[in-house]
Amino acid sequence: MDFTYDEEQRALREAVRGLVGKAYADFENRRRTVAEDPGFAEDLWGRLSEMGVLGLPFSEEDGGMGAGPIEVGIVATELGRVLAPEPFLTSVVLAGGLVAAAGSAEQRTDVLGALASGESVLAFAHAEPGARWMPTASAVTATDNGSSWSLSGVKEPVPHGARADRLVVSATLLDGSSTGSGRPGTGLFLVDPAADGVTRHGYTTHDGGRAARIAFDAAPAAPLGEAGQDRTPEIARALDAARIAACNEAIGAMQFSLEATTAYLKSRKQFGVTLNAFQALNFRAADLYVSLELATSVAAWATMVLAEKSGDEVSDAAARAGLQVSRAGRHIGQEAIQLHGGIGMTAEYSIGNYTSHLTALDHLLGDGDHYLRVLSKSVGGHEEFDPLA
Amino acid sequence: MQLELSPEDAAFREEMRTFFTTRIPQEIRDTVAQRRELTKDQIVESQRILNEHGLAVPNWPVEWGGRDWSQLRRHIWHEEMQRACVPLPLAFNASMVGPVIAAFGSQELKERFLPKTASLEIWWSQGFSEPDAGSDLASVRTTAVRDGADYVVNGQKTWTTLGQYGDWIFCLVRTDPEAKKQRGISFLLIDMTSPGVTVRPIELIDGGHEVNEVWFEDVRVPAENLVGELNAGWDYAKFLLGNERVGVAPVGSTKRVLAQAKEYAGDQLQDPLTAARFAELENELLALELTALRVTASSADGKPHPASSVLKLRGTELQQAVSELVVDLAGPASLASGAGDESDLLGWARRATPIYLNLRKASIYGGSNEIQRRIIAKTILGL
Repeated sequence: MDFTYDEEQRALREAVRGLVGKAYADFENRRRTVAEDPGFAEDLWGRLSEMGVLGLPFSEEDGGMGAGPIEVGIVATELGRVLAPEPFLTSVVLAGGLVAAAGSAEQRTDVLGALASGESVLAFAHAEPGARWMPTASAVTATDNGSSWSLSGVKEPVPHGARADRLVVSATLLDGSSTGSGRPGTGLFLVDPAADGVTRHGYTTHDGGRAARIAFDAAPAAPLGEAGQDRTPEIARALDAARIAACNEAIGAMQFSLEATTAYLKSRKQFGVTLNAFQALNFRAADLYVSLELATSVAAWATMVLAEKSGDEVSDAAARAGLQVSRAGRHIGQEAIQLHGGIGMTAEYSIGNYTSHLTALDHLLGDGDHYLRVLSKSVGGHEEFDPLA
Repeated sequence: MQLELSPEDAAFREEMRTFFTTRIPQEIRDTVAQRRELTKDQIVESQRILNEHGLAVPNWPVEWGGRDWSQLRRHIWHEEMQRACVPLPLAFNASMVGPVIAAFGSQELKERFLPKTASLEIWWSQGFSEPDAGSDLASVRTTAVRDGADYVVNGQKTWTTLGQYGDWIFCLVRTDPEAKKQRGISFLLIDMTSPGVTVRPIELIDGGHEVNEVWFEDVRVPAENLVGELNAGWDYAKFLLGNERVGVAPVGSTKRVLAQAKEYAGDQLQDPLTAARFAELENELLALELTALRVTASSADGKPHPASSVLKLRGTELQQAVSELVVDLAGPASLASGAGDESDLLGWARRATPIYLNLRKASIYGGSNEIQRRIIAKTILGL
């Protein structure tokens, strides 16, 4: 058991930290970037591609770097530290991860190659109004027209759905293969958003991110991989991997939040003294440190589980990290604003934006209570949980 | 980064597990499993067996019975003992006074005390806290005045855990009343059978007799019982308290109690709220265990990692939270703490509340959790 990075991993961290730090260490740059569409810096996206970051998790024959979850976690943490709005998590890790898992060899080379080279932004259109963090689709349906497929229904919110050059869409297979339980399965499709029958309405999310409502009206779609297959297991696994990457991103954001808060306590003066003269405030900062340390351990462990294990063990680890990081993110996000006082409420100052982004990460793939519900169902099935087994 | 234990460490874990579950008498392990009180003889017997196999004091220097284990192996040893319901080696001997004597004592003190400290032939008590020196430990007022070949000790110590069994007591005593308070303290070893030593029990809210007051009236202590240098006792005390913090997070035993509580719960686990409480505590314990592994791995040259305060703070909070859950599972039966074995109520339920009340101590001893927050705020965050 070893929680430390090797030399190559440390070099990757320094390289990414250098690049995104240069772009966003001055928070005003981030503010300017998210104020205009597409909500991230296309030139930085290009430089991340040159560095190999956009193809990091994909195999070399698919045009990627052949790296693993540890490296993905390192990048996510660094993006989180500076609140970089580039869609690494949703485009590369999640949407790209699905293409890698379900796509044919030709689709993988084509789609992942374009993603890794920075030519095209990918989005996963999965969430549906009324649904909460399911690995299945129901409101968007797929119809088999013999030689082709088409999709109908609405997906929302789709992260970076308006900017995306290509969409991976989940849809219920009315005429296709079913799940084991007899319910219609969920298929995965590649959709060209410029095609007839696709209507996109993009908007800004509270944290400066981008999302879209995408309506499909008999829109042409190409099955990802073999047609008519239930892809629920692949979707569930991709969501687990993305959740673990999101935990790493949140850890980065929490690291910054705690650093900024302690720096503020040491510099801000009231009653003629700096705020760290007040033990009530210092103790609350100490509790934030405790939350961050504990969440960091679980996120790092879940990342290792993803790298070395498979199936249910990964789902379980994602749920455990999801729960711990959600609790820590709320604690640190809320207290960071409170300890800053009024300045923490302003959009111009960074700290409140970190809390906003932590809140977005918390609800993108499943919040703490969602995972607690999952873990509660299985808690009676084992005597104790042994991470060393 | 690497999730799995190396084959060597996995084999070590198996070896520990086998030893603890086969060599320590079942009756002792059952007593721990049922959360009943151990007798002095049981504690001594268990430590004697461990010591005979080199498993009582692995963190000591090798020449005094220590093992040159990695931090990870020490962690595995510690956790497996708790998992197997083996009483941990007496902390006063194994983690407190032993390492201090080994690090700072004269050769003569080492030879005289360390073997019997490891084997528990000498039962040590801790003479640190006083009525006016709790968290502010450097305020100790018990005095030791040099008189010929002896020190003459006067004063009062308190919260002396299991002092009723103590053969010897290691004390912080004031040897220079003029110096700044940290600089006038020495570390003295006192035979508890000396004339003038009185041990009086303190009854606690759980109804038990665990701690004591120890009074010293003109107790003569040979000067060679001074550890290290005169007036350097505060440094040794800090060394000791740092070691104490590391072992004080009882991850393994809290996990074990939570696992047992699932059995106690029975059908109550079908209730979503109860199940959620279990799941959340289990996850918090996982986070703590992983943090312990991460922190142990990164602590250099045996010095406690500053983040060990996190382990003490969160470890004791979770220990308390699990004991609280057990009381809630017992429900009305938890009132029957005074019922004997003729009661219709189950033993675990009858013991639940005294244990819960007893464990309120955990966030107070070993440097109260507020002291740990102070350490985190000051030494880690620089506040």
